[in-house]
Amino acid sequence: MAEARLRRPRGRDPLGLRRALSARLLSGLVAAMALLAALAIAGAGGAAGLAARWEGGAAAAMTVQLPAAAAADGRLPRALEALAEMPEVAAARPMDQARLAALLRPWLGEAPALPLPVVIELRLAELPEEPALLATRIAAAVPGAAVEAHGVWVARLLALARSLEAVALAALLLVAGIAVTVVAVAVRAGIAARRDAIALLHDLGATDADIAGRFAARAAWLVGAGGLLGTLLAVPVLAGFANLAAPLLGTAPGTGWQGLPWARLPWPELAALPPLAAALGWATAQATVRRWLRRLP
Amino acid sequence: MVRFAGVGLHYADPPGRSSGAGRAALQDLTFTLPAGSFHWLLGESGAGKSSLLRLMQLAQRPTSGVVEVLGADLSRTRRRALPGLRRRIGVVWQDFRLLPHLTVRDNVALPLRIAGRAEAALLADVAEMLRWAGLESRADALPAALSGGEQQRAALARAVVMRPALLLADEPTGNLDAAQARRVLALLQEMHRLGTTVVVATHAESLVEAFPAPALRLRAGRLMSHG
Ligand SMILES: Nc1ncnc2c1ncn2[C@@H]1O[C@H](COP(=O)(O)OP(=O)(O)OP(=O)(O)O)[C@@H](O)[C@H]1O
Ligand SMILES: [Mg+2]
Repeated sequence: MAEARLRRPRGRDPLGLRRALSARLLSGLVAAMALLAALAIAGAGGAAGLAARWEGGAAAAMTVQLPAAAAADGRLPRALEALAEMPEVAAARPMDQARLAALLRPWLGEAPALPLPVVIELRLAELPEEPALLATRIAAAVPGAAVEAHGVWVARLLALARSLEAVALAALLLVAGIAVTVVAVAVRAGIAARRDAIALLHDLGATDADIAGRFAARAAWLVGAGGLLGTLLAVPVLAGFANLAAPLLGTAPGTGWQGLPWARLPWPELAALPPLAAALGWATAQATVRRWLRRLP
Repeated sequence: MVRFAGVGLHYADPPGRSSGAGRAALQDLTFTLPAGSFHWLLGESGAGKSSLLRLMQLAQRPTSGVVEVLGADLSRTRRRALPGLRRRIGVVWQDFRLLPHLTVRDNVALPLRIAGRAEAALLADVAEMLRWAGLESRADALPAALSGGEQQRAALARAVVMRPALLLADEPTGNLDAAQARRVLALLQEMHRLGTTVVVATHAESLVEAFPAPALRLRAGRLMSHG
C-alpha cells in the first residue's frame, strides 16, 4: 500500500481524477453494458449460425412424394404440369435419384435394390399463411401424392433467426450509444467537480491535449476495466445459453462445468470487447473535454 | 516585454441579465513595460488591477486594442501557441489557487510537470525553490495546513519555479503582517534583480514607500499615471 503510494505520487494526478471520475459508478455501469453487449454479440452470432443451418432446409419449402412407379407411368409429368399451374408454386423440380439416395442412406443403408419414391421439391412464390391448407390443395391437384410442408416451418424459423440477428446487432449499437452517453455525462461531471483545477492547469500553460489526455486516460482505464468485468461475467452465462441451444445445432447438451460448449463461444469478439470499450471511453472523454476547453482563451 | 495600446475589456453580462454593452472593467489602456523592469500596479478595490493582470498573463482576450506580451501580439497569435507563452509567465494570484489535494511540493512542481520536465530533473529545482521561499519543512503539508504567509510563499515559489521572463503578483502581501510582507517583497525584488520583468498589484501604499519603483495607477478601469 505504502509502496504503491510512493510509486504513484499524487503529484501525477493534479486534477484529482481518481476521485472526480468515480471508478465504482462508471466501471459498474460499463460492466453492465459490456455484459449486454456480449449477450448481443453472442445472440447475433448464434442466430446467424442457426440461420445458416436452416437455410438449406428452407430452400425447398414443400415436397411432394409420389410412388416409385410414377416415374415410369407418366404420372410425374402430369404432376409437374398440375403443380406449375398453381400460382403459389414458383418452381417444381424432381429431386434426382442419386441425391435422394444419399439423403436416405443413413436410414436405409446401401440398398440400391429398394425402389425409391419420386420426390418433387417445390419452391413457393411466398410463404403460405396456412401451409396445411396449401398441402391439401396440392394433394387434391396431384392424385396419390403425399405432401410434406415442414420446409415452410423451417423457412419461418429462418426468418425469425434473421430478425433475431438484426435485433441483436441493433441492441449492440444501442448499448454502444448508451455507453458513449454515460462516459460523456461522467466526464462532464468530472469537469464540473474539477473546474478550478482545470482552469489553473490551463493558466499554467497546459495544452488542451494534456488536460484532455488526463481525462481520457482515466476514462479509458475505468471503461476498459468495466468492459473486462462485464465480459468475464458474460462468459458463464453465454456458455449456459449455448448449452441450452445445443439441440438446435444438432448436438446433445453437455452436463457439468466441463460439459458446457466452451468452444462454441465467440471468443475473438469477446476478447475484443474490453479494448473496444476502452477505446470508446478514451475517444468520448477526449471529445468531451476538448469541447469544454474551447471556452477558455 | 509588455505593450498595451488602446486596450479595453468588457466582461460579458451573466446570462439572463443584460445591461446592454456589458461592464467596462478596463478602458483605453496604453503603456509599455520594458524588459527587466519592476512596476507597481496601484488602484482602489475594483479599479481593474486583477483584470489587467489577467490580460497580461494571457488568461483573457481584450475586447478591444492590442495586447503584446513576450513579443507576441495576442490578437494575431493562434490559440495553440498560447500555452508555450503562458509557461514563460509566472503568476501569483490574489487567491493563491493552490490545489488543495496536492502537497506544497507537488503544487510547486506543477508548472514543471505541465512543461513535461523529467521527474528526476525537477525534484532538485523544486527543493531549491522551497528552500528559497523558506518552505522546506512544510514541503509535505497540504495547503489547508499552511498559514496565510506560507500559502503566499508557496504560490510565489510555484510562480518562479519555471524561471519566468515575466512575473505578475496580485496583492502578494494582502493578508500578511508587515514582517511577512517585507519578506515576500524581498523575494520579488530578488527575482527582479535576476532579470525578470515584475509587476506587483497592491493597494498598500506603505509598501510602495518602502520599495520605491515606477507605478501604473488605475482608477475605475482607466490609467491615471504611468511612471
Ligand atoms: N469575471 C468577472 N466577471 C464580471 N465582472 C468582473 C469579473 N472580474 C472582475 N469584474 C469586475 O471588473 C471590475 C474590476 O475588477 P478587478 O478584480 O480587476 O479589480 P481589482 O482592482 O483587482 O480589485 P481588488 O483590489 O478588490 O482585487 C470590477 O468592477 C469587478 O466587479
Ligand atoms: Mg484584484
